[in-house]
Amino acid sequence: MIQAWARPMTWVLVTLVTVTLALAGTGVFPARAADPIKIGFGMALTGGLSANGKPALLAVQIWKDDINKKGGLLGRPVELVFYDDQTNPATVPQIYTKLLEVDKVDLIISGYGTNLIAPLLPIAMERKLTLMGMFGLANNEKYQYPNYFQIQPAGPEPQISTAIGFFELAAKQNPKPQTVAIVGADAEYPQNALVGARELIKKFGFKTVYDKTYPPSTTDYTPIVRAIKATNPEIVFIASYPPDSVGMLRAAQEVGLEPKIMGGGMVGLMFTTFMTSLGSLLNGIVNYDFWAPEPAFLAMPGIKEFLKEYQARADKAGVDPLGYYLPPYSYALMQVLGQAVEATKGLDQQKIADYIRKTEFATIVGRVKFGKNGEWATGRTLMVQYQKISGNSIDQFRGPGKKVVLYPDEFKSGDLIYPYAAAKK
Amino acid sequence: MVAGLLLGGFYAAVSLGVSVIFGLLDIANIAQPAFLLLGAYAAYLMNTSFALDPILTGILFTPLFYLLGAVVYRVYYESFERRGEESLRGLVFFFGLLFIIEVSLSLKFGVDYRLVQAGYIGKSIDLGGVGIAFRLLVPCLVGIGMTVALYLFLGRTFYGRAIMAVSQDRLALRLMGADPVHIKTIAFGVGIAAASLAGALLVTIAPVVPSTDRDYIGRMFATTVLGGMGSIPGTLAAGVILGMVESLMSTFFGPSWSLAVSFGILLIVLAVRPAGLFGR
Repeated sequence: MIQAWARPMTWVLVTLVTVTLALAGTGVFPARAADPIKIGFGMALTGGLSANGKPALLAVQIWKDDINKKGGLLGRPVELVFYDDQTNPATVPQIYTKLLEVDKVDLIISGYGTNLIAPLLPIAMERKLTLMGMFGLANNEKYQYPNYFQIQPAGPEPQISTAIGFFELAAKQNPKPQTVAIVGADAEYPQNALVGARELIKKFGFKTVYDKTYPPSTTDYTPIVRAIKATNPEIVFIASYPPDSVGMLRAAQEVGLEPKIMGGGMVGLMFTTFMTSLGSLLNGIVNYDFWAPEPAFLAMPGIKEFLKEYQARADKAGVDPLGYYLPPYSYALMQVLGQAVEATKGLDQQKIADYIRKTEFATIVGRVKFGKNGEWATGRTLMVQYQKISGNSIDQFRGPGKKVVLYPDEFKSGDLIYPYAAAKK
Repeated sequence: MVAGLLLGGFYAAVSLGVSVIFGLLDIANIAQPAFLLLGAYAAYLMNTSFALDPILTGILFTPLFYLLGAVVYRVYYESFERRGEESLRGLVFFFGLLFIIEVSLSLKFGVDYRLVQAGYIGKSIDLGGVGIAFRLLVPCLVGIGMTVALYLFLGRTFYGRAIMAVSQDRLALRLMGADPVHIKTIAFGVGIAAASLAGALLVTIAPVVPSTDRDYIGRMFATTVLGGMGSIPGTLAAGVILGMVESLMSTFFGPSWSLAVSFGILLIVLAVRPAGLFGR
């Protein structure tokens, strides 16, 4: 009787198992069809920027669910691996090292915001990764990394993008206003926006009568507004973060500051909680934005379905109930990445980047084409004016007419009510 | 000047709790700003749910926060102070509490900025050509009222005097037949209740998020130290000084300098009078 170990078939089996295990260890076998494609990122789920980070995460999750319903990418399901960066740039290197080394993600995207993208760019450059950036202002100006792409529609000149529409509108008025006050917080975004504003003031020939900054933790803004009022400016450009936006607006109302045009770069006014809380106090303010529920934007393919899904899930997720600022762009960012993976039929970082660089993408925020430094080839920072808001109901903000687009002309949905005092009524 | 006075009244209200807990009891309660935020969110919740005035909510909720403070002190006492481990471990305990409260607020209310509505917010009164915002005037008046009430409580009542005594000589108080732990429990509760009411004032003035507490840690402790540890009138005076400096700097020299000059004044005062303005 022949022993089991001596049978030829047993040896064949043992050899096959050994070779299989060895090859699997070297990664010779391609990923199986059922293996998920992992997309990794850090996101501000706590800390100062979490009010935007959490809605952005929800938008990315909606994209993942949508794409998986359609069969995933390259026939494989998509899985998100993400960690809370606590709005702390110091956590970014550790998070992405873990994502790349331990979690072995296939693709990365950035977290939300300029400060959180800044430490990630060198990591992506070192590893030659394609990096999709989520709302960072002028992050790639110094690095000029060719495989970085920014979904914020700031355009090729991000530094002046926030203010250009504001000053162009002011310059078009008859008689043209002459004097400008500019004010902003001592923080990265407002400082960038103020640099752009100073450049534009020169370009349009205005005269600066007040140019000061304040600490972001200021409690009372009335002394600042009083000082501005004392200079009697016709234009007031404010570059502020959410708490100071509210502080400045309330102080302006209380002190009676009424220039001919006011606003510009105030972050926070586009958040639903602020729109409903401030109500008619917003009337007349001219401010930058990226999305408004005006006809041109609502007509973009897929946006209504996305907003319906987002708004249905927003309450449970504890995020902005309307989601008109960042979420459509977060979803569009994933659409760009997904389309590039499908088109290049693989996960080769260089091929994906090359494809993104040369292609115009169809997304829920319209056609997206990247240009210099990975910014949008043509900028699309809107200038909107809050008009005819009454009371604090959320429903009035769902449709057109309250946040009227004034700039650029191709998206214009109404006219500027000028001066500010007339729009306040 | 007027804006500075108004801001000063509010700063005093924010710092009164620290004056009692840190100044009188010598407990470095780093979590004090988190209780400020708890008070702010309580006011927000009642304002959005029942349209209750935020400051009225703050007053109504003080007994509840007093009890919460008493419980926190008992836990702290049993876990650290009784064992003589209050210095470093106690500090870690309050740090932990700060983060737990902050994360709990994030989970319950989300991370959006929260504002309240009240009839007087956004309105102002003209006094001799100077517009005074009710949004700042009302918290200032409440802050002054809190200061007077706490001053009278500490100086005129049995428990108030006992708190002053426990801050000076714990052993002597025990020899007089009073229980220092009981007295400290009351004082801690009063300190937390004051913080919660100040939180209601805060949300009346400006929008809040769960991480707003971090902006106030420095201001609260600086006001207490500048006024003189544990001095209630000193806290009001320090609050007014810091508020006026901040306001005058913002108006005349540029707001960027306001905090630096405020803290510069603190350093100068401490160099000249190490015990603070009203410290003994």
